Amino acid sequence: MTNKLRALLAAGTIAGTSLITGFAQAADTIKVGVLHSLSGTMAISETTLKDAMMMMIEDQNAKGGLLGKKLEAVVVDPASNWPLFAEKARELISKDKVDVVFGCWTSVSRKSVLPVFEELNSLLFYPVQYEGEESSRNVFYTGAAPNQQAIPAVDYLMSEEGGEAKRWVLLGTDYVYPRTTNKILRAYLKAKGVAEADIMENYTPFGHSDWQTIVSDVKKFASAGKKTAVVSTINGDANVPFYKELANQGVKAEDIPVVAFSVGEEELAGLDTGPLVGHLAAWNYFMSVDTPENDAFIAQWKAFIKDDKRVTNDPMEAHYIGFKMWAQAVEQAGTTDVDAVRQAMYGQEVKNLTGGVAVMNTNHHLSKPVMVGEIQPDGQLETVWETEGVVKGDAWSDYIPESAKLTADWTYPWVCGNCEKPKFAVMAE
Amino acid sequence: MVFRMLSVLLLMGGFLIPTVAFAAGSFEDALANLNSRKFKDKQQAITRIAESGDARALVTLEALLAGQLFTRKSDKKVLIGEKSHEVYRLTDPLTGQETGQAPSKELKKIRINNKLRGLLRGAIGGLTLLSPDPDKRLAAADAVFKARSADMVPVLEKALQREEESQIQERLARALAAIQASHNQDPAQKVIAIDQLSHYSEPDVRALLGNIAQNDESEIVRDAAQKALERVEQDLARWALLGNLFQGISLGSVLLLAAVGLAITFGVMGVINMAHGELVMLGAYTTFVVQDVIRSAAPELFEYSLFIAIPAAFIVAGSVGMLIERSVIRYLYGRPLETLLATWGLSLILQQFMRTLFGPTNQEVGTPDWMSGFVEITGGLVLTYNRIAIIVFSLFVVLLLALILRKTAFGLQMRAVTQNRPMAASMGIRTGVVDMMTFGLGAGIAGMAGVALSQIDNVSPNLGQTYIIDSFMVVVFGGVGNLWGTLVGAFSIGIVNKFLEPVSGAVLGKIIVLVAIILFIQKRPRGLFALKGRAVES
Repeated sequence: MTNKLRALLAAGTIAGTSLITGFAQAADTIKVGVLHSLSGTMAISETTLKDAMMMMIEDQNAKGGLLGKKLEAVVVDPASNWPLFAEKARELISKDKVDVVFGCWTSVSRKSVLPVFEELNSLLFYPVQYEGEESSRNVFYTGAAPNQQAIPAVDYLMSEEGGEAKRWVLLGTDYVYPRTTNKILRAYLKAKGVAEADIMENYTPFGHSDWQTIVSDVKKFASAGKKTAVVSTINGDANVPFYKELANQGVKAEDIPVVAFSVGEEELAGLDTGPLVGHLAAWNYFMSVDTPENDAFIAQWKAFIKDDKRVTNDPMEAHYIGFKMWAQAVEQAGTTDVDAVRQAMYGQEVKNLTGGVAVMNTNHHLSKPVMVGEIQPDGQLETVWETEGVVKGDAWSDYIPESAKLTADWTYPWVCGNCEKPKFAVMAE
Repeated sequence: MVFRMLSVLLLMGGFLIPTVAFAAGSFEDALANLNSRKFKDKQQAITRIAESGDARALVTLEALLAGQLFTRKSDKKVLIGEKSHEVYRLTDPLTGQETGQAPSKELKKIRINNKLRGLLRGAIGGLTLLSPDPDKRLAAADAVFKARSADMVPVLEKALQREEESQIQERLARALAAIQASHNQDPAQKVIAIDQLSHYSEPDVRALLGNIAQNDESEIVRDAAQKALERVEQDLARWALLGNLFQGISLGSVLLLAAVGLAITFGVMGVINMAHGELVMLGAYTTFVVQDVIRSAAPELFEYSLFIAIPAAFIVAGSVGMLIERSVIRYLYGRPLETLLATWGLSLILQQFMRTLFGPTNQEVGTPDWMSGFVEITGGLVLTYNRIAIIVFSLFVVLLLALILRKTAFGLQMRAVTQNRPMAASMGIRTGVVDMMTFGLGAGIAGMAGVALSQIDNVSPNLGQTYIIDSFMVVVFGGVGNLWGTLVGAFSIGIVNKFLEPVSGAVLGKIIVLVAIILFIQKRPRGLFALKGRAVES
């Protein structure tokens, strides 16, 4: 009887102390929210980003954490369900009280969480290339805006080196990112003197798997006597059957080059790329770029994921840059307070994995280099062209008349994401 | 053989440089220039190598095209490297001798872009027009056609004289006509060449004629090109119609494969199986695993990997199907709503299970050589081998299934149980076992469909979701419980879809088909081929 009582007491004490230490730990950590789909259609892309975040948080903790505190990752699974993204974001911010969130992939998921972040004044780092036309006070966009990906890629294809394309096919999945990007591209091509008849636009549903008609249409369109190039904003799962059909119908890159904005190393991993050599992708990062920083990053990734075959890609670099910038800003501000960190973010610099330095601008977009790469037989992309120096991300496209007027600048005197004139009058000198 | 090659190459050299003879060593110089960072310099270097008339040129250019030409970082020497395991075996293009090995860190690949690739193919084409290998000559004729360099005329003429195979002759004549049509000084000659070209109803020819019709200086030539263009376009339009039909049949065969397993589980047994797509996905993953094992254990069997994968997928998906039937579905017979929810839950479990096991990313399933590429009926009609294979396979599966249902004792029992369960039971049929076997058969066929789909779609945990809606659509449209209906239903949906798509676009096309089917079901609730009889009435 006494033995039992003693055991019970001991158990109680242990439970009590562990509870207390648990609390103590909770107070002493900085919480980082990770909001990426781990199930559903987008899991294919987003799981990798979750793992990349875990790797960087672990790495930061090994270096002693931030402000003398350990970082703690809070991972939730919004399951590729857009409204659930908003719910999970709210849960992260109000219930788990995270200091910052890294997450989202599709534009529709970002649009879904945007009101939550603005209402609760928290910070989101968004790592994927997107259609632009947005600048929120609560979001830092570490992926490419259209002028950091689409426009330079088209410039390359128009150049002598890229084959002087005169006719254009714009293929996309039917949702906001491809539609907006193609709207910008169409305006840009027209400004460059391309006739309406020389542009073909086509949209397909998510997960489209039968590309026979479209690929033969492209071949037909290309046989009009002018050099033709295809710009693909096809997203996600539909890419594999699309590229398989291209290969099977013998569309060679020398004849009709296809440049893609959503196809990276990860997407190519499920494909036999032999017949696709020479087709292009435009990004701000390629795994094949040979720099010491990139080598170290790849080695660290392979060690972390314990799989030698895994690849790195552009959105991973975007998270890498975003996370480092946030960590630097927290160190500088001496706090994780959202408003203080936001101020400290402007002008923050981090070395790119591909060389050069990325800078955070006051429109919440990065300045980054742009590269065009060719698909190789081993599934890698190799740079064939890159911009000299960095390109500043432009939230509002200069090629759409109604958005050309708008400015995004979150510092005085503008303090606005979509204004035609500054919010505050500049004081007379 | 080697001697003949050499003499041929030397002969060609003579043709390629009628006026300027390069000094000895021009090959060596040009080779070193390949090292340049500028694509312009590389372009010049390639042209010089091709024109050097050097016997070593072909090997070098082919290596460059294949991405096997490297510079060694230590001494900036240009070398041919072939990957063997972790290192590269190096050959010196100047001497043709092996010069040891190096890891990839010590080498820098000489990069090319699409423009250089086109140039290289043209140059290699010029060097292989007289090759003893007919495949190479054919490829060369097409490459020269694309490059359209006036320098090639003498070689082409010579090759045309020598050529004995009619197919290659035709290609060579096409290349020659194309060069004449774009480069000849005399408009009359151009018109003759254009007339020759108009017999080739091919997209490439159409592109060339379109270009000439817009840009040539002489009006006579432009008119001739315009006329030829119209003729080619007419021909092409006719072939395009046939092409469309083929694509429709091909889409139909994919739908058929995805739906035929469901025709058993839903059609015959009446089980709304939402996990059907996941059984297809299991089949696709089985293909991946089979190929993975073959790659590491017996690479020479790779060409037959799909034939091994088909029974394997049948067994894997079939056993999972039987397990599902025994553990879940048999408790839910006659309760469609519960079955629907339970199988939907199962589909999520299966998806997440595969995601945990293989990771969320796509798995690479290779295509055997006999299934890749295409057969060109004419230039305007291209049929891809993988699609043809899938059409044949889908028909084979349906035939096999029809035989099982009609000609075997198991088929008889299966039909008896579906038509009148208590009667079948009282005749001594173990209905429980028959249920299990029937569901297993449907699931196994879904797995076989997965093998075929792995050739054209993603192998990822989401594979099944893409097909589940389409499968139900086909079965309901064709008539529940009727194999023949499923067949006709799949092909008609496929063909209608493919004829709508060019007009309405893929998104709208799908919507139109769906609305049409809904309206059709309103009129004929039992689908195209309705089952008749007492069992149906009840």
